[in-house]
Amino acid sequence: MDLGPFLFLAFLEGTVTAFVLALTALGLSLVFGVMRIVNVAHGEFFMLGAVLAWVCSSLIESSALAGFALALFVAPIVVGAIALATDWGILKRVKYNPESTIVATIGLLYIIQQLVLSFYGPEARPVAAPIYFRVSFPWFGYSGYKLVVAVLSAAVLLASWYGISRTRLGLYMRATQQDMEMAQAFGVPVRRVYATVFVLGAMLAAMAGVLIVPVQQAHYLMGLDPLLLSFIVVIIGGLGSLKGTVVAAFVIGISDGMISVFFSPTLAKILATLLVAAVLVIRPTGLFGEDTA
Amino acid sequence: MKDQSDKKRFPSSDGIDVSKRSTIKAAAAVTGGLIAASTTKIPEFLYRSAYAAGSDKPIRVGFQVHRTGIGALYGRWYEQTTTAVTKLINEMGGIAGRPVEIIAEDDGTDPKRGAEVVEKLAAQHKVDFVYGTLFSHVVIGSAPRAGELKIPYFVVSEGYHVASGKLNRYVAQPGITDVRAQVTAMSSWVMDNLGKRVTMIFPDYAFGYDHRDFFSAEVEKRGGSIAELLAIPPTESSYTKYFPRIPADTEVLYHVMVGPGVLTFVKEMGEHFGSNRPEIFGFIDSLEGVDIATPGLEFLEGTYLWEGMPRYADGYPTEHAAAYRKAVGLDENGASVDDPKSVSANSHMFGCWETMFIIKEVVEKSGYKDPKDYPALIETLEGIPGFAEGLEHPQGEKKFVGQLHQSFGQQFISKVSNGKLDVVHRTTIADGMYEPEADYTTQPL
Repeated sequence: MDLGPFLFLAFLEGTVTAFVLALTALGLSLVFGVMRIVNVAHGEFFMLGAVLAWVCSSLIESSALAGFALALFVAPIVVGAIALATDWGILKRVKYNPESTIVATIGLLYIIQQLVLSFYGPEARPVAAPIYFRVSFPWFGYSGYKLVVAVLSAAVLLASWYGISRTRLGLYMRATQQDMEMAQAFGVPVRRVYATVFVLGAMLAAMAGVLIVPVQQAHYLMGLDPLLLSFIVVIIGGLGSLKGTVVAAFVIGISDGMISVFFSPTLAKILATLLVAAVLVIRPTGLFGEDTA
Repeated sequence: MKDQSDKKRFPSSDGIDVSKRSTIKAAAAVTGGLIAASTTKIPEFLYRSAYAAGSDKPIRVGFQVHRTGIGALYGRWYEQTTTAVTKLINEMGGIAGRPVEIIAEDDGTDPKRGAEVVEKLAAQHKVDFVYGTLFSHVVIGSAPRAGELKIPYFVVSEGYHVASGKLNRYVAQPGITDVRAQVTAMSSWVMDNLGKRVTMIFPDYAFGYDHRDFFSAEVEKRGGSIAELLAIPPTESSYTKYFPRIPADTEVLYHVMVGPGVLTFVKEMGEHFGSNRPEIFGFIDSLEGVDIATPGLEFLEGTYLWEGMPRYADGYPTEHAAAYRKAVGLDENGASVDDPKSVSANSHMFGCWETMFIIKEVVEKSGYKDPKDYPALIETLEGIPGFAEGLEHPQGEKKFVGQLHQSFGQQFISKVSNGKLDVVHRTTIADGMYEPEADYTTQPL
């Protein structure tokens, strides 16, 4: 294949990866930025979204589209409810202490993973894409659903941007992020903002899981990789910055696509990790992070 | 002040009334008992007293099983097969008149944990043998510990690591063939029937390298050529970007993948090629436990797969294969009789069945009584020339090469048609034989 189409394919792959990554990382970034806690179980919320998508699609076997629509509705609600219970039952109990929450969410990661293994099983189960078509370019074919995923992810990201910058809740979130005590003094219900952010972060991860499952499969260990990549994106982009998350997701996604196509995927991962190190040394707050107290 | 507050704290903690404390203790004991029971099945003191004096003290086989981690799917079927074969052996009168007892321990498909499990089974559970490991990195991680502890370690892994001589004299793989033999046996059929210019796609670690090295060597020996070698990292979840690297003059695409990404792999391969594809030959390893009729696998229609033992009953309709399938609980399609959606790992798990019968055979032939007889047991195993096809060996006859600690057997090639696997070719044992590179018998015991 010539260089041109090759480059085009790398770009397509990179774009799709970037959108899904941005969606997965956004939740982690919000939780990290607003609550100052590292949710190690974030990838498991992503996995639960995918597994619930499989459950929904097997409930409505006749129509892939109906199953998918149901999953887009049900998965974020169920996962959001789990996150709410986590916030109330675990995070609040350890007073949102950064070190304790890391240990607590590591525990949660294993609990969710093993429960899914017990009740759902070790199989990787496929979910049919709601819309399936093969885009046939002159040089290669490409999955049409992947393009749909990119568009849907972009829509959710846009909605999140609107929520953060144009609504009262977004204002509360930004205020809490900048200075929690000051925000509280001005009457921002900080505890409720914490719970809301944690639930929203989990819902975004679950939604990413639902979107990606027709491309991958639902498997109980699928949460680990997105978690690592999300951390890379969040560190590069800066805590709690939507713009930073999206930009970093594109940097990682496109470079991963390009480098894996032309060189090797291992090299792409090495470079991404080096980039994280460089950002931490040169600009510890990330590309778009604000130096907050 | 400080003293007072301390005093205050102590009496209050002492102040729990007796009945409450004993309730807590009882709860703790029950929890502890439950945990113990779930890992060892029978609490140790029970069987100790029951069998201590008699000659029918059970043969204890430590089962290193992938219950969790990436190998969990295989682990479940390995466990089901082991349970079935143990039940049968006990019904047949046990091993040398002694009942067989399985002590299963999860290794999380993790090499470090694997070594600990070997240690725990040997030291704590005092098993006679360790058995049943599948994933090659766990075998490679655990085998040195088995060698140091000098406990026979029977793996059911199909990796070349046993026959390569990399491990030690206490490790053997008598119940399943190795990758090198499988690949060697496949090569002539692939070259004669599918094409001579080959592109290989394989996972980027030891298991994949065995395929790459041995298959490409065979291809070149038979006058073919390798168009491209594509190594894919095991954590990859999207494959579209690799397919453009497949050269247009490729006649045969050889794929061997493992892990949960296989459906994506096949689907994206279909999207890339459309209707204009080369001949495709693959190993079923990645499709173990996956229904061939799964949506998304349509692209495999008309392609060929290696099978260690046919998944569908009509692929090898012998009396013994039927008895094995019935005992393990497989239906006509190779799925569980209880749940047609739960598809087996039949190309591998038959190895558990055969290995347990081999343990029976070597214990009985060597007159093994207890661990001091290990040297005699291993030497007996090394002297066995092979195993005849029968209820003990339903996959077929095996030739055993004592110096390699490895069995050789027949292989199957199946074509995917109508969402099902049809066996189209059966290789001979000779097709898979190669020049030995190792000799364990020269190592001290």
